[in-house]
Amino acid sequence: MIRVVLPTHLRTLARVDGEVTLDVDGQPTQRTVLDALEASYPTLRGTIRDHGTAKRRDFIRFFACGQDITLEPPDDPLPEDVTSGREAFRVVAAMAGG
Amino acid sequence: MSGVRLLVGTRKGAFVMTSDGTRDDWSIEGPLFAGWEMYHLKGSPADPNRLYASQSTGWHGQVVQRSDDGGKTWEAVGNEFTYAGVPGTHQWYDGTQHPWEFARIWHLEPSLTDPDTVYAGVEDAALFRSEDGGNTWQELSGLRDHPTGAQWQPGAGGLCLHTILIHPDDPNRIFVAISAAGAFRTDDGGETWQPINKGLRSRELPDEEREVGHCVHRIAMNPSRPDTLFMQKHWHVMRSDDAGDSWQKVSGNLPSDFGFPVAVHPHEPDTIYVVPIESDSEHVPPEGKLRVYRSRSGGNEWEALTNGLPQEHCYVNVLRDAMDVDDLDPGGIYFGTTGGQVYASPDGGDTWTAIVHDLPSVLSVEAQTLQ
Repeated sequence: MIRVVLPTHLRTLARVDGEVTLDVDGQPTQRTVLDALEASYPTLRGTIRDHGTAKRRDFIRFFACGQDITLEPPDDPLPEDVTSGREAFRVVAAMAGG
Repeated sequence: MSGVRLLVGTRKGAFVMTSDGTRDDWSIEGPLFAGWEMYHLKGSPADPNRLYASQSTGWHGQVVQRSDDGGKTWEAVGNEFTYAGVPGTHQWYDGTQHPWEFARIWHLEPSLTDPDTVYAGVEDAALFRSEDGGNTWQELSGLRDHPTGAQWQPGAGGLCLHTILIHPDDPNRIFVAISAAGAFRTDDGGETWQPINKGLRSRELPDEEREVGHCVHRIAMNPSRPDTLFMQKHWHVMRSDDAGDSWQKVSGNLPSDFGFPVAVHPHEPDTIYVVPIESDSEHVPPEGKLRVYRSRSGGNEWEALTNGLPQEHCYVNVLRDAMDVDDLDPGGIYFGTTGGQVYASPDGGDTWTAIVHDLPSVLSVEAQTLQ
């Protein structure tokens, strides 16, 4: 089970209050976690990654275990503390804009 | 009893304002979608409880919301806007070619007859249509494929398709306007398009009368005379009586003919409204006085409407989609400002009252007449 923390606007859009939990088939990676997130919450499609290309939106970052893993390859395994559920995979809206 | 519902989009959420037919007292709900930029909300003429809303942020991109109960509840619908075929390029600010990239929806225009059909005008400029209530969207690519497409260049706000007018008697005839490409018309439901910019002059262009490149800010029509169009261009207020085939300047005695919105009275097709702005470099009202100008002669002769509007120290703007009229009698007119005020006039502009003073910057105002 993977715990995911979403930024405020996406929690509102997905109509969830706190963390969401996901079952991910196979090795949890950025890509498979986001695939599972979008499958469970279709309204989030296009708000984290572009439709079609699956390219991360410019002002979105990913954190795990206190580390910015945004630029890690999307198919790399996530840290064990995330895959075990001890730590959350965090989707962060960068501090930019107004 | 009849009434009015205003759908107000702002930089930080949407607001729904309702009143009975007197339009004296208003209830205000919101913010809906707090913190999101709400470029435009509009109701279906065929089903006033069916509303569509464009919701976006720089972080999360575009979301489309739909309501089936007049705005009480909302559902996120489809937000996949993919240009048809190989998108190609358009002209960038520096004259180089730039790939077409979807940024946001500027304007949603529901079909006049089918609540499930709705058009979206987007940036980078293109027209999309949904026939399933917003769940899926298809580009009407004949517009962007026009041979002039590669010459289209963004205005200061982006290369945006911001105006969509559907002919009330012929749904295959649609007018659109793009900053800064100009106005276009289809007579075959969107398959093919022609620029309708003859008579426009733009000093900013090397060829002032070129076929495309004009920064059209807004076009309006009265449904009872749908081939008469009024345009607020970057500079100049224009009029066409032949469905855009030719345009004549009707700025007349306006203190400035720069501005963004233009509206037509609901029952008097020669009564039109604009909000003059000092200039393209100073987006503020002349002399710090917020004045709507009304012409009862289809242009050229204008009168200032000031009763109830601030006449000193006022430096707000009124954006292109932020003025609308209702269908009641007498006709009402409404506009919102970048300073967060929404003004209402239940008497065609003779008197004005602020419904609210301190909203976020207003992007759009749509009036729904409820029977």
